[in-house]
Amino acid sequence: MPEIRNYTLNFGPQHPAAHGVLRLILEMDGEVIQRADPHIGLLHRATEKLAESKPYNQSIGYMDRLDYVSMMCNEHGYILALEKLLGVEVPERAQYIRVMFDEITRLLNHLLWIGAHGLDVGAMTMFLYAFREREDLMDVYEAVSGARLHATYYRPGGVARDLPDSMPQYKASKWHSQKEVNRLNDTRSGSLLDFIEDFTKRFPTYVDEYETLLTDNRIWKQRLVDIAIVSPERAMQLGFTGPMLRGSGVEWDLRKKQPYAVYDKMDFDIPVGTNGDSYDRYLVRMEEMRQSNRIIRQCVDWLRVNPGPVLAQDHKVTPPSRKEMKGDMESLIHHFKLFTEGFCLPEGEAYGAVEHPKGEFGVYLNSDGANKPYRLKIRAPGFAHLSALDEMTRGHMLSDVVAVIGTQDIVFGEIDR
Amino acid sequence: MTAIEKLSEQLDQVFTSKLQSKKLELGEITIEVSADDYLTVCKQLHDNESFAFEILIDLCGIDYSAYGQDEWKTDASANGFSRGVESAQHGRLKFGDELPENENSGKRFAVIVHLLSIKNNQRLRVRVFAEDDAYPVVKSVVDIWNGVNWFEREAFDLFGIHFDGHPDLRRILTDYGFVGHPFRKDFPLSGNVEMRYDEEQKRVVYEPVSIEPRVLVPRVIRENKKHQNLSANELESED
Repeated sequence: MPEIRNYTLNFGPQHPAAHGVLRLILEMDGEVIQRADPHIGLLHRATEKLAESKPYNQSIGYMDRLDYVSMMCNEHGYILALEKLLGVEVPERAQYIRVMFDEITRLLNHLLWIGAHGLDVGAMTMFLYAFREREDLMDVYEAVSGARLHATYYRPGGVARDLPDSMPQYKASKWHSQKEVNRLNDTRSGSLLDFIEDFTKRFPTYVDEYETLLTDNRIWKQRLVDIAIVSPERAMQLGFTGPMLRGSGVEWDLRKKQPYAVYDKMDFDIPVGTNGDSYDRYLVRMEEMRQSNRIIRQCVDWLRVNPGPVLAQDHKVTPPSRKEMKGDMESLIHHFKLFTEGFCLPEGEAYGAVEHPKGEFGVYLNSDGANKPYRLKIRAPGFAHLSALDEMTRGHMLSDVVAVIGTQDIVFGEIDR
Repeated sequence: MTAIEKLSEQLDQVFTSKLQSKKLELGEITIEVSADDYLTVCKQLHDNESFAFEILIDLCGIDYSAYGQDEWKTDASANGFSRGVESAQHGRLKFGDELPENENSGKRFAVIVHLLSIKNNQRLRVRVFAEDDAYPVVKSVVDIWNGVNWFEREAFDLFGIHFDGHPDLRRILTDYGFVGHPFRKDFPLSGNVEMRYDEEQKRVVYEPVSIEPRVLVPRVIRENKKHQNLSANELESED
């Protein structure tokens, strides 16, 4: 009888199901995984070291590029740590805007996740559906910040500017007829808030559509149920956070337990799984989308009736308006100092954490009193999750690796940093 | 008494002399322990019911060798910017000898651990300095919190801190065959080597980096307390 040997398989770094540049060394016994060794760092840009060489304000844009599907949540984590050390008061309206955009970002992230996860497992329609909705949400990003992905919208002390009164419009071209354009522009005729409200009305039916396609789908369940079960004890041991932890039945959500911004004024529920398998994590994230939609709705209602400033008026930290800068000597000095040197943080350390769509995203800031961080450490949820890939895939089949990568919601921008 | 003050008190009671320092600032507790006590303290933080730090959120290395140093020694220009120096409301550059005292003078490398207790809804930061600057070693906590494996590998990769007892201490983020520890303060931002494809040798070659390092915005340390407390009214009244 011939000797059967284990087989080592190299998966990635360029593989459509690797969600980026993941290289996996898989030791296989037939089709069963004996050991998985992820090699990461192929997207390592040393964001933390770069941030040490820049004034605080100039690193906000780097945060978008960490987890590049949940941009504003990354910014929020960084800004929270900054504001903690600075001690700046953030206007209430800015906090509501932040919460609204955090939740819009959560939708963006979960939509990409369900699209990619579906595609990996064989449900191609999901990808097309999810990107249809992402398009609307990216338009919201564009309307408010001018950029569809890397917004750089949050600032220490608030947000860059108030919500606009109009949405960007489609124009007729050789790809879109005037009739088509009129249809597309129909919901874009009012203000940004009108558009978002309209979206929140439509969105629950979209989630229903996804669920009709997937939740009771035989293939979907065969690929997810009882795959990569993580017990609550193991999930905590492995440093899981976010939907990965809640999927295992631990009720932990920073938005409820350690509320930041105005989450304590929001009415929403935390979905929790029971079995800790991939299917439960799927259900948790689907329900999170519905809850996010609820939060966005509450923010829209509040923002409609409560105008006000969106940026703190402490000009040591935030720039004075253009008009003030032109006419007032002190404002000119503030402006000059802020844009040439930035602001100094008091000596000390702070950790700011947000409930990022993927888990707890934390920024540890260590300042020695300078205008640049002494050490910035980004705690990316995906890093801890991916490190558990070995444990989660052991004993499963090769095709399940793809499902597990999907269920972990891996994005390399944050893991490699 | 708030929950965090209670935790602070408990830490004192349980660890007594093992705590080298304990700070409660901005609603966060930071404790410092010696490298020898690190493992036992961590074990208790995890196992003791009154702490119950089940999750290790983050572990990172830090290099304190440049702490409190600014890049801009402006002895000469201090006389030049007479107005800026005399009015001094915005705070001005601190010169080398006026830098805030480096609390951590002496030891260079530290490991900072962020813990989270789900049961008690509390966080804690633990700092431990490695004894030897030339060969920094800290005990691994991978048996207490299994998820720390990669975090320790990262600190090893970026700072060269060795974790005694780690099962698989390999580089994680840098390239295969990378030399040096890039997040140390004496490692240049642009790196040491650059890479290109050599047409003659038909392979990728590494060469010393050709980029000149430059500083766009100099690192300055301002008198923060003054800067913080000075309101616009005071500015006007002093004029």
